[in-house]
Amino acid sequence: MSNVAEISTATSRAAAANNRGTARSRAARIGTERVIRGSLLACALLSIATTFTILAILLVQSASFFAMPQVSAWEFFTGTTWAPLLGEEKHFGIWPLIAGTLLVTSIAAAFALPVGLVVAIYLSEYAPSRVRSILKPILEVLAGIPTVVYGFFALAVITPFLHDHVSESFGTFNALGAGLAVGIMILPIVASLSEDSLRAVPRSLRDAAFAMGGTRFDVSTKVVVPAALSGIVASWLLAITRAIGETMIVALAAGGLASMTLNPADEVQTMTAYMVQIFTGDAPAYGIEYKSSFAVATILFVITLSLTVVGNLFLRAFREEYE
Amino acid sequence: MHSLGARTQSSTRTRTPGEIVAAATPTSQAGRRIVDRAFLGVCIAFTALAVLLLVVLVVSIWQDGHARLSWQFLSSFASRKTEEAGVRAPLWGSIWVCVICAVAALPIGVGTAIYLEEFSKRSRFRSFIQLNIANLAGVPSIVYGILGLTAFARAFGTANSESPITFGQPESFFYLQLPFGHGVLAGGLTLMLVVLPIVIVSSQEALRTVPGSLRTASLALGATQWQTTWNITLPASIPMIMTGGILAMSRAIGEAAPILVLGVPLFIRSTPTNLMSDFTVLPLQIYNWSMRQQSGFHELAAAGIIVLLAVLLTLNALAVIIRHRLQRANG
Repeated sequence: MSNVAEISTATSRAAAANNRGTARSRAARIGTERVIRGSLLACALLSIATTFTILAILLVQSASFFAMPQVSAWEFFTGTTWAPLLGEEKHFGIWPLIAGTLLVTSIAAAFALPVGLVVAIYLSEYAPSRVRSILKPILEVLAGIPTVVYGFFALAVITPFLHDHVSESFGTFNALGAGLAVGIMILPIVASLSEDSLRAVPRSLRDAAFAMGGTRFDVSTKVVVPAALSGIVASWLLAITRAIGETMIVALAAGGLASMTLNPADEVQTMTAYMVQIFTGDAPAYGIEYKSSFAVATILFVITLSLTVVGNLFLRAFREEYE
Repeated sequence: MHSLGARTQSSTRTRTPGEIVAAATPTSQAGRRIVDRAFLGVCIAFTALAVLLLVVLVVSIWQDGHARLSWQFLSSFASRKTEEAGVRAPLWGSIWVCVICAVAALPIGVGTAIYLEEFSKRSRFRSFIQLNIANLAGVPSIVYGILGLTAFARAFGTANSESPITFGQPESFFYLQLPFGHGVLAGGLTLMLVVLPIVIVSSQEALRTVPGSLRTASLALGATQWQTTWNITLPASIPMIMTGGILAMSRAIGEAAPILVLGVPLFIRSTPTNLMSDFTVLPLQIYNWSMRQQSGFHELAAAGIIVLLAVLLTLNALAVIIRHRLQRANG
């Protein structure tokens, strides 16, 4: 009924628009149409230009970094010492930065992926609609908090808590505090995206499983979660991508010491934190340290891009369609 | 033997829910009830943890910072003396940058969405753009900072930054220099790149909610594609587009990393007056204060966070109001 009304308002509006338009010639209308189409296409092409400009900048600057006599590509990709600023002899081995990034990301993932999935299952399968209508906005608030706030939270609340209640060995900067803060940051991403894909599973599948005598737990874990698995894995990959690229939290709370360590109480430096150190420091704009940050950015870009591509492929390849 | 057969069979065809429940739960009915109850407990505990974290976050920041909130805090510039410091420069910087970002990102983002949804045919080219946008959404914001630094702040090194080409007078707000340097224009455009994928995707979703029958009705009357879009599709989807746009702007206001890469000065005692003015933004000021070990700066950072969250809350409230207004106006 309302649809019919909508169509009638639409037609009257379109008729009005056409009345205005008839004063002009048909050729003029086609001309305008072409110009508009062209400018819309230009908008769309900007996004492609963005990607290629990023690629070009990173490749050109990395190439000029590797062309420097003090740098060897072999050392960069295999070296385990990252000492670009200190000492007589500079070392550019990327692995300590990758290790730091992976340590923080693993801590964040270990916290956020299971907790996020359980929250999603609760919201989608268990929670009464009133509880859900309170919890969804809370997740949205969590998702909207700027990351610098989580960095402050790590520095001011999480790390002192770890120091006082877990172990004295936690210093001002440590991987666990930063990792947990990153975990809190990605938690709403996992929870809300997983919940979306859980809710997309058709009701008939649940009803069938309930009719077979399954409990809510059986239905959730053996029917709904497997059916939504592609969406859940995609949400995990997206969250991990965010964690790897996260900058302000690790710059504030993880520290600035690039080291190969698995100890969560240690200070670590991530790839993004190194870039912050260079861009906020007084490194000369065309010096070797400055250029090294572009090489690090290239590695970061390649890692995050591959994760995004894998996530998208996964979503397409393993999507279970129900009609 | 029989169960083995069932298992190999199940891997080759989709199992029905009944089979799954029957095959995988050998425990008794009572046992499964207990598992179900226990899992519900885990669910509630984890969800409560998430809520608790938000509460602890808000309460701890409020406790640290509320004593510093005052008119003086909003109207003073940064200072080495903590008791005199304020957020005037970063607050105005954030507002300028956000307005520039909105003016640039909304038309381009909505334009891209219209092109993809209304003007392009299903082709390889279209899915290439679509894939590209999905990938851009996953690029870390600090990488956009590098792009902004090279493209906007330095103009790819084509122009000499020591003696920039200038247009207009420094007194007018649209005073321009090439390259842009680290002024508000470079900051706003860099943030535009960060939020563009969000604006495009949310606008596309908004356009998709408009029923096809409306478009067909308009086209049947002889309206061109653009007349249909401008008079019919856009008015019907503008509340959703605006909501998505405002959410994208609140993301832009919270970003510190891209602005930090641009190399903005750390200590600013003026508000922007033209597009080339030096600036800083709230998240960056919070970062700088948080990094200081001396007493007093910690509280300043917390107070800065309260101001930032208040700005974001205002924006979100605005989104809700606009959505309601426009929905009512459209009937």
